[in-house]
Amino acid sequence: MPPATAHRPALFRLAPLLLLGCPLPALATAAAPTPDSGDTAWMLTASLLVLLMTLPGLALFYGGLVRSKNVLSVLMQCFAIVSLVTVLWISYGYSLAFSTQGMEAGVINFASFFGGVDRAFLAGLTRDSLTLSVPESVFVMFQLTFAAITPALIVGAFAERMKFAPLLWFTVLWLTFAYLPLAHMTWAGAGGLFWDWGVLDFAGGTVVHINAGIAGLVAALMVGRRKGWPTQMMPPHNLALTLIGASLLWVGWFGFNAGSAVAANGSAGMAMLVTQVASAAAALAWMAVEWKLHGKPSLLGVVSGAIAGLVAITPASGSCGPLGALAIGGAAGVLCFLASSRLKRRLGYDDALDVFGVHGVGGIVGALLTGVFASAALGGVGYAEGMTMATQVGRQALAVLVTCAWTGTVTAASLWLISRFTALRVDLEGETDGLDLALHDERGYNL
Amino acid sequence: MKMVMAIIKPFKLDDVREALSEVGVTGVTVTEVKGFGRQKGHTELYRGAEYVVDFLPKIKLEVAVTSDQVDRVVEAIQTAANSGKIGDGKIFVYELERVMRIRTGELDGDAL
Repeated sequence: MPPATAHRPALFRLAPLLLLGCPLPALATAAAPTPDSGDTAWMLTASLLVLLMTLPGLALFYGGLVRSKNVLSVLMQCFAIVSLVTVLWISYGYSLAFSTQGMEAGVINFASFFGGVDRAFLAGLTRDSLTLSVPESVFVMFQLTFAAITPALIVGAFAERMKFAPLLWFTVLWLTFAYLPLAHMTWAGAGGLFWDWGVLDFAGGTVVHINAGIAGLVAALMVGRRKGWPTQMMPPHNLALTLIGASLLWVGWFGFNAGSAVAANGSAGMAMLVTQVASAAAALAWMAVEWKLHGKPSLLGVVSGAIAGLVAITPASGSCGPLGALAIGGAAGVLCFLASSRLKRRLGYDDALDVFGVHGVGGIVGALLTGVFASAALGGVGYAEGMTMATQVGRQALAVLVTCAWTGTVTAASLWLISRFTALRVDLEGETDGLDLALHDERGYNL
Repeated sequence: MKMVMAIIKPFKLDDVREALSEVGVTGVTVTEVKGFGRQKGHTELYRGAEYVVDFLPKIKLEVAVTSDQVDRVVEAIQTAANSGKIGDGKIFVYELERVMRIRTGELDGDAL
């Protein structure tokens, strides 16, 4: 049943939309959009699912992977980041990401990279504001959960040594100068850099995963190795927690990908299906390669594979079919395994929980293969007019390069700036005692 | 009096405890310990990071016995703890100077 507001004059319902601009292409052709209760119900649910990915999903996933003396520190970081980003998001984050002020289709200007501040503190948001067919408040909340998980992903890279206050400052700077512009370029609509290039990124392969993955790599290099790495034993302290966290991530990811349709429709349904397929394929692929190379399959391996598959399918979930998902998942499982186990050792960077190996590499694999498996011949939705597989993959590659350069620069500059004021990592004694005691005066296990 | 100290495999503890009862031992102290000997450790692998675990979990038994008991006790432990595989452990015997039961103040043989 249409809600009562549907009887109001069309212009009234359109007004908040005009204020927002036209963030998604369907809007451009839509006549007066009306709120849809089915879509709204799904997007309310999807927002909760994505929040569940971070709290407690990602927190437990990371919490189990560190040593017992550091378990609280990563849980704390995830929890604090979600809270901090929420406040930043409603203050100016949503505006810088989704305001369309100054955007012009095909024109590269400042507004191609950053939204305006006209929506700061959610100016203009009312109960009647709409984004497509859902209340804008729901869209704000849904996108908030994306903004929250992305900086939380990065903490895995410098886990077990980063100090808490610099982490919070880093979250502010990195969200502002890396996450918000990339979200704007990709999703704010015509006039956004990636949007105008025709880059396919349905749910955040560049915005979330490559962004966080490269930031993790740069941060791991700048913060430095943990004392004793890689010679000293630093095994995960509780892989059961990691499995619970990964499973919550898997379930939550349906909100992430299927929710990115911003509707309860066939696109959301297909996104859900391909997400499941890619995750399973990658879990099996990682397990198989590890089994072949090391003689035994491991729980951590199969779980890591599932996450790698979820990462890689994220940009493709709106454009590929089930067979494409199988291929994308399989490729991500193998390549992320090699990156996390071989590449890291060879290059000697201490990306403690493999943020780069899983999110960076998985994100890049996914972004590129999105261009391949959008092909109608391979079961995808087909290319936009004038695009071929070659040109689409080219655009995807360009977006990957811009994302890597952008986030790498912002990460390095942010950490450098913070390090002028305070040490980024705890002292040797604190690192030995564990961050739980050194930074929080708490202990994870009082057995 | 002698102190018999044995390092054994954890899964042999119940067998050893029974064997000791059969030869008249009425008290044993057991500790969970870690160590290494000729038995190689095992490897653990996490996302390709391989760790060699040198220190394996073992059980340390301490039994205070009279001198005439010691041979039977050592034999009982050796028989019960033997799995025939490397890493079964070792038995150490050393002199025991004094023993006192705290509750009664009984000494030496009476205290065992």
